[in-house]
Amino acid sequence: MGVEGIGARVTRKEDKRFLTGKGRYTDDMSVPGMKHAFFVRSPHAHARIRSIDVSAAKAMPGVIDVLDGKQLQADGIGNLICGWMIHSKDGSPMKMGAWRPLAHEVVRYVGDAVAIVVADSSAEARDAAEAVVVDYEELPAVTESLVALEAGAPQLHPEAPGNLIFDWQIGDPDATDQAIASAAHVTEIEIHNNRLSPNPMEPRATLGIYDTGDDHYTCYTTSQNPHVARLVMSAFYNVAPENKLRVIAPDVGGGFGSKIYIYPEEIVCLWASRKTGVPVKWVSDRTEAFLTDAHGRDHVSKVKMAFDADHRIIGLKVDTIANLGAYMSLFSSCVPTYLYATLLSGQYAIPAIHANVRTVYTNTVPVDAYRGAGRPEATYLLERTMETAARELGLSPAELRRKNFIRSFPHQTPVIMNYDAGDYEASLDAAMEAVDWKGFSARRAEAETRGKKRGIGMSCYIEACGLAPSAAVGSLGAGVGLWESAEVRVNAVGTIEVLTGSHSHGQGHETTFAQVVADRLGVSIDSVNIVHGDTDKVQMGMGTYGSRSGAVGMSAVVKALDKVEAKAKKIAAHLMEADESDIVIENGELKVAGTDKTVPWFQVALAAYTAHNLPSGMEPGLKETAFYDPANFTFPAGCYIAEVEIDPETGKTEIIQFVAADDFGNIINPLIVEGQVHGGLAQGIGQALLEDVKYDRETGQLLTASYMDYAMPRADDLPFFKLSHQNTPCPGNPLGVKGCGEAGAIGSPPALMNAITDAIGDNSLTMPATPMKVWQALQTAH
Amino acid sequence: MAKVTLTVNGRTVSGECEERTLLVHFIRDKLGLTGTHVGCDTTQCGACVIHMDGKSVKSCSILAVQASGSSVTTIEGLSSQRELHPVQAAFKEHHGLQCGFCTPGMVMTAVDMINRHGGKLDEATVRHELEGNICRCTGYHNIVKAVLSANAEMQAGRQAAE
Repeated sequence: MGVEGIGARVTRKEDKRFLTGKGRYTDDMSVPGMKHAFFVRSPHAHARIRSIDVSAAKAMPGVIDVLDGKQLQADGIGNLICGWMIHSKDGSPMKMGAWRPLAHEVVRYVGDAVAIVVADSSAEARDAAEAVVVDYEELPAVTESLVALEAGAPQLHPEAPGNLIFDWQIGDPDATDQAIASAAHVTEIEIHNNRLSPNPMEPRATLGIYDTGDDHYTCYTTSQNPHVARLVMSAFYNVAPENKLRVIAPDVGGGFGSKIYIYPEEIVCLWASRKTGVPVKWVSDRTEAFLTDAHGRDHVSKVKMAFDADHRIIGLKVDTIANLGAYMSLFSSCVPTYLYATLLSGQYAIPAIHANVRTVYTNTVPVDAYRGAGRPEATYLLERTMETAARELGLSPAELRRKNFIRSFPHQTPVIMNYDAGDYEASLDAAMEAVDWKGFSARRAEAETRGKKRGIGMSCYIEACGLAPSAAVGSLGAGVGLWESAEVRVNAVGTIEVLTGSHSHGQGHETTFAQVVADRLGVSIDSVNIVHGDTDKVQMGMGTYGSRSGAVGMSAVVKALDKVEAKAKKIAAHLMEADESDIVIENGELKVAGTDKTVPWFQVALAAYTAHNLPSGMEPGLKETAFYDPANFTFPAGCYIAEVEIDPETGKTEIIQFVAADDFGNIINPLIVEGQVHGGLAQGIGQALLEDVKYDRETGQLLTASYMDYAMPRADDLPFFKLSHQNTPCPGNPLGVKGCGEAGAIGSPPALMNAITDAIGDNSLTMPATPMKVWQALQTAH
Repeated sequence: MAKVTLTVNGRTVSGECEERTLLVHFIRDKLGLTGTHVGCDTTQCGACVIHMDGKSVKSCSILAVQASGSSVTTIEGLSSQRELHPVQAAFKEHHGLQCGFCTPGMVMTAVDMINRHGGKLDEATVRHELEGNICRCTGYHNIVKAVLSANAEMQAGRQAAE
């Protein structure tokens, strides 16, 4: 490891512009003639549109135009789609209802877009939107998945009778039923995974620019994957052919999954720019973000876990109902299926698993991937069940887990995944030592003397990252491949540009990707620029989600570097009249091993471009592209332990300690990895203690549509975290990395809930464990 | 329309805006200083914090016309572009930012906090005082570390100067 190479704790190259106010986010973009959009949205959860009258709005000051869904459809703009096909267990395809970018027949959730107003200023657009008269015939609404499945429930889409999208299963039902029937002990539990709003601090925004001269579109947007956005808008929404559409995702202020998807606003602003002849910018306000950004989680599950007399798990049966909201968002179908049920083996050797998943339409915001996406739901279910089982069996939580850990690799689970490497006991041991598990009973007794209730709880998580082997996900229904691309351009003076299809919206690619290059070529990270987020600059790529930038994106960079290095060595060998196999790269020089012959890196680059003296037949230039398709998922895993203290007078939970022991494989930059864990933990702790999307059951109104009502974690809700890293390098990619972006959000909710239920002695508590719910539980328990 | 004249980052600027224009929109749209951000509609998130007459203010909760005649510092004016302010430097050193969107407001809040407490800051106070600034990326861990570190450095600087 050099001072800037792999493993070095390098501060970030991108920080200066963010710290000095020079970041360039979509809302910071301004072009000549630009106008501002505001969307007219449904105030009803479910209604038929009788008519839309825009005449008064069009006459308002500053208004350029008001456009509705009939015009959009007449222009051939397509419906939004879900890009992952799931088949029900009876073989029928998922029942996808139409999602129009602007609804003109039926609205299905509060916030469903109906019309766009384009005006000189955003304030004028907002004023005029008030004057758009939409005549609605209100229809009954349903917001909860269990109610939506009941006979007589309001029906959302004619394509999906009973609001059922699919009824899917994985695993072996018969073997699992037999295991349960023969078990010495069966733990049964119902698990609720609360609905969350991702809330990146930068609200979504888009700027659509239609150039009449070239018949060309440019879309600035807050996207985690601009190439996917371009592909989908071209291939499915008929906005423009790919060669006529440039998508730029500049600095993006957080995503957490919610900026993967292509939303109506990008499509409509591009179309509106063509219709009006002016560039059209839309910026979401926070309430719109709550009303329209894809939500996460919202599962209800029934679980049976069967043990033999020796406390080994012999079977796991799961029945899950997942609320997908009013429409199927882009990857909504894979989240409660292949990103969820395939992780239900956890860290444990379980011979028989069966999971049944039903997905349901409701009159709520569409639900899709949010940090962790399926894996937090699996982990929460498993780790709450393990904790419950340990209590029922009278075992310590660690003992029950140790007894069931997978200890040899590779390990094939009954639910598709093949774990390649891991050492679960190492993380468990590290976490228990860091938290001083042995000293807990004394601390609990001391707290008792102050009238406080202490609890401790653990969670042993595993996740699948590095999405994903293209052929594998294709066979499971994915509409895209999940490889990644990289181009390494060495300039004539030896400086380097790396073009990656990954996207950074806080992850620090400009630093970590440069470290990978610095490590290989011995150049400084300041001589390496990372370019991403612009479809006109960067070759096709798949973007950033599922903790894939390191395991897949950086692996593509390594593959391109392999090619660059090979060519550079050929040139150096030629210049030094040596054998190519004797050339080594050290400290920015190419050397003939065992001699004092060297040629500096920049001279090799220069030689490649002057092309005055290259090996016979070699093309000039030093620039290589690689596409990397992973052979397997990666499997980060770890153990989290929370120690809490509850004030029985108020029900308030204080986190005394939070310990995270993670195995991410090799680490490129510990500073950045720790930051990812901190952020993930805060979101997971937010889910467990604070955050909850609530709808009014009767009207379908969103009750938590601002920061006054939706409790975001604040600085004084959280402690300093104690982190440690264990390392079993991933054998499946050239860097041995696994991915660290989601672990914190995956592992932390069950650790906290296990601690809180340990403290109060009531296992039925659901997330979020607000002071009121904890206080009420304490009144019932005692 | 109203005419607004104020000093921003040491320069006197004037502009016309609607009476209802918020200071944050005046700063961003009229002055082109886009480092000050808008992250919510309810004065909760703090992405828009600036200094007005030496105090930290959420620029989304004040009208531009109310700020007329005042002296405003935005993130762009906190330091010379060559050298970072000690708080900015501490945020970089401790990785107190990820996506960068809340960062300008966080930094402006932290500078004001350190100034007001005159070097007597502890973790609990920092966490309490950051209550009006929301970050979704960092879990606040490294932000709190950065503020404490900057506070120590600025305190040492003050003592050395005395």
